[in-house]
Amino acid sequence: MEPRTSAAICGMGHSMKRKEDPRFIRGQGHYVDDIKLPGMLHMDIVRSPYAHAKILAIHTEKALAIPGVLAVITGETLKGFNLHWMPTLMSDTQMVLPVEKVMYQAQEVAAVIATDRYIAADGVEAVEVEYEPLPVVVDPKKALEPGAPVLRTDKAGKTDNHIWHWETGDRAATERAFAEADVTVKQDMYIPRIHVASIETCGCVADFNKTDTHLTVYMTTQAPHAIRTVFALVAGHVGLSEEKIRVISPDLGGGFGGKVPVYPGYVIAVAASVVIGKPIKWVEDRMENLQADSFARDYHMTAELAAKKDGTMTALRIKTLADHGYADAAANPSKFPAGLFSICTGSYDIKTAFTEMDAAYTNKPPGGVAYRCSFRVTEAVHAIERVTDVLAAELKMDPAELRFKNFIQADKFPYKSALGWEYDSGNYKAALEKAMERIGYAELRREQAEKRAKGELMGIGICSFTEIVGAGPSKDFDILGIKMFDSAEIRIHPTGKAIARFGTKSQGQGHETTYAQIVAEELGIPAAHIQVEEGDTDTAPYGLGTYASRSTPTAGAAAAVAARKIRDKAKKIAAYLLEVSEDDLEWEPGKFSVKGAPQKSKTIQELAFAAYTNHPPGMEAGLEAVDYYDPPNLTFPFGSYICVVDIDRGTGEVKVRRFLAIDDCGNIINPMIVDGQIHGGLSMGLAPALFEEISYDESGNISGGSFMDYLVPTAMETPNWETGKTVTPCPHHPLGAKGVGESATVGAPPAIVNAVVDALSHLGVRHIEIPMTPEKVWNILREKGVAE
Amino acid sequence: MIPATFDYHSPQTLEDALALLQGHPDDAKVLSGGQSLLPLLKLRLGAAGHLIDIGRIPGLEYVKEEGGVLKIGGRTRESALEHSDLIQTKYPLLAQTAAVIADPLVRNLATVGGNLAHGDPANDHPATMLALRAEVVATGPNGTRTIPIDQFFLGLFSTALAPDEILTEIRIPVPPARSGGSYVKLERKVGDFATAASAVQLTLGAGGEVASVGIGLTNAGPTPLRAADAEQYLTGKQPSADVIAEAARRASAIATPSADRRGAIEYKRQMARVLTGRALKQAIEWAKEH
Repeated sequence: MEPRTSAAICGMGHSMKRKEDPRFIRGQGHYVDDIKLPGMLHMDIVRSPYAHAKILAIHTEKALAIPGVLAVITGETLKGFNLHWMPTLMSDTQMVLPVEKVMYQAQEVAAVIATDRYIAADGVEAVEVEYEPLPVVVDPKKALEPGAPVLRTDKAGKTDNHIWHWETGDRAATERAFAEADVTVKQDMYIPRIHVASIETCGCVADFNKTDTHLTVYMTTQAPHAIRTVFALVAGHVGLSEEKIRVISPDLGGGFGGKVPVYPGYVIAVAASVVIGKPIKWVEDRMENLQADSFARDYHMTAELAAKKDGTMTALRIKTLADHGYADAAANPSKFPAGLFSICTGSYDIKTAFTEMDAAYTNKPPGGVAYRCSFRVTEAVHAIERVTDVLAAELKMDPAELRFKNFIQADKFPYKSALGWEYDSGNYKAALEKAMERIGYAELRREQAEKRAKGELMGIGICSFTEIVGAGPSKDFDILGIKMFDSAEIRIHPTGKAIARFGTKSQGQGHETTYAQIVAEELGIPAAHIQVEEGDTDTAPYGLGTYASRSTPTAGAAAAVAARKIRDKAKKIAAYLLEVSEDDLEWEPGKFSVKGAPQKSKTIQELAFAAYTNHPPGMEAGLEAVDYYDPPNLTFPFGSYICVVDIDRGTGEVKVRRFLAIDDCGNIINPMIVDGQIHGGLSMGLAPALFEEISYDESGNISGGSFMDYLVPTAMETPNWETGKTVTPCPHHPLGAKGVGESATVGAPPAIVNAVVDALSHLGVRHIEIPMTPEKVWNILREKGVAE
Repeated sequence: MIPATFDYHSPQTLEDALALLQGHPDDAKVLSGGQSLLPLLKLRLGAAGHLIDIGRIPGLEYVKEEGGVLKIGGRTRESALEHSDLIQTKYPLLAQTAAVIADPLVRNLATVGGNLAHGDPANDHPATMLALRAEVVATGPNGTRTIPIDQFFLGLFSTALAPDEILTEIRIPVPPARSGGSYVKLERKVGDFATAASAVQLTLGAGGEVASVGIGLTNAGPTPLRAADAEQYLTGKQPSADVIAEAARRASAIATPSADRRGAIEYKRQMARVLTGRALKQAIEWAKEH
């Protein structure tokens, strides 16, 4: 799509350089840890070495004897204020600090408040805790067996470790379809526990002013408004009232879902500041971040497909088990305990489907967050895209051919899926055709055949995913009862410049640029003249924040609608100034002119000035608007990815030779930023496919709890990403745009697994669990007798 | 990740540094590049009451040939080794080793002497120096002494250096014509310790046979290992594919790695075999071309 606006205005479709980058590139960003307030104290946290243990005693004397250590806060301290437990977003509860027992290794046990960060660390070393170890439950399947130790003894009457059961679809019809099918396939899969590992860890500076009883919390949060409300609801009984709470989310060094939850550290810091009356800073170190913050995934799945002999898919059935750790601290919309997993029919016209999900408690950190994925969509896409390849192998069909045979056709949109979603728009065939043509699919298959004849291992993997993002319509979507709209407030200044504020919060997505471009598109004011602000609850309009690729679908739409309200008022002013009727005016970006007399015109800047200096009689002065946008539907971005791998027969190493991503996110606001989102997402999809995993031994000891063993890929491990696009506009979004930030994270892992399995398919390999480490692959090579 | 309290000393001469070491016999650590020591302190896995920083002592950073010996100053940075013309053109084993130690940021500070003196079999230079048959020069209160590399590594994090000695130089015989070397490392990602790695230095005879060879294995036991059996087997033989495969097998037979997230024992042992085979082939290629 050609941009409608000039380069000077820089509306949609321009690859405008990011307005936020000069400060980030120069190291001048302002993060939580940059904040230093007069009299500020420091907090550090004592953590449990045990995964499950009774706390017999906490001895604080030695710590308190260290000069500069002012206080040691324990569960008993907080119990005095009834703040030792807190609710999770999923109507569960979790500890702020324990009174009776710890439930996972690295759990918060006590907090040391000191005058200096170093002294706080010495204080933590000096706190002595006596524990009595308890039986540990690590495996969620064992957790659900009869006789397993019941973990949540705090819940009266709880006799097992089961959290919830959820199902969707038509069980009976699915069973019938499987009974009648020519072919059925079944594949177990496990998506391991991973961590967002954002560059910036979590932290806050809590500043309670005892004089005016105002609380200001500078905090690493993706959803500042929701957090303010949570604080008001959770701590109302100790005197915190929402009008006196201000949450400020400054620059964030990545969030990816990990900065949605309320972690105990935040609450302890706030409680400490309220009691002591001084600002308290708490910033996690890297290991605390990896070991104690919310994880993602940890999903055990069994996926089954039924099909006709010709490859037509007739039914899908998936059973999942979610390991939530000791508390369900996921951040899903309230009505969706398993998130949007039911997008699992994917890009295929499958008439019948059924999914059932269960969740279990284990002795692991609570979670799980939607890591750069719209609530369990990564898991859903992995299941359908993997089991599709398993079916292709069973039918001895090319995986591309099987996909073409089953794609929802472009003329079937809006499409109602078997599990209840209404897909807004799509053209899956076009995306896969484009990907195959650009990568030279047929030639790659020829090369693969030649290599196989020589004993070399090369594979080609496809993933044709459909995402579901932009939560969401208020009839279905809320968090803690708050509907998942989002907001924009735009004020045009007399000189034609503007400030726009939003309920979302960028963590690196580039909102300061893309939102400005949306306003520029609608009003013709240069994007350079539009100041975008987010993250301060005292100034920004209420919104639920940035995650689940929702900013463009919700707040971006709000920006367009608010700008149109402003344009409508500007039109009235133009009609007044030009002495014509509104119907006689026409709009081009940046000005209204009289139809047939284009020399008679008023620019948006002139109209802005008039709004304050010469507005029509009877009209309010000023030029501003607010919009709270309730999306009519979610958006369904999609894409086709093709990955080519070579496998080292000596070491088992997987080398990604090529990776091509064709994405469709509807109309694009800033092509450069979208490309950057895809690049970052692909790298974050490569990571769990080949490298990252947090696991636990039988005693619940974490492994992968530091960057020594939690293998975040670097530029050296990351292949050269090739990207491209198709454009299928969203029919219901004011700009035709869809979310894009998470497509690549979701789409990349199955493409890579499919490629590795494809390289070994002639040896009878049908599935490999992620991460596909060299050792794991080598073990398969050796078992199949092809290791060097 | 905040270390316990320590005193920091910054002596200007080697004599002062040695005096400080003697003054704190049980409680001092020499700080060179700090790339192994500081993480241990930050994680509170180790503690030292006194850090003696040798970073300001002149004359400890050099790479030069003298009297048939390559001399590397103890505090020479890995990046200096990596980018030295002399090393790149004549010492492929050293160049390849320096290039895969941690990452460029670490290599700008990490030192060759520190890499050895830390006594960690997972470090890369120990196996390399075994293959090169190096000598280590230790300077103490009574002057200097030379320690053959085969007598240097005593156990995990334990070396022949006395508590009051500082590693000041590494000496390597200048290789004759038709010599080559190679370091092949398998790592999970850049910056990781080796899952397995093999260092090979060899010289070919006039008839193309292996005249002499050194093979060292990284992270294959509590100390870096010399694959003596494989060295003996290869010496005097024409390096055919079968001979190389058998030598690699013999090298891997001495490996006693421990299981961790990098792999099980069997995988690591097999990788020692595969990587030794590859290092031998590359070293032979180099020797033929130089």
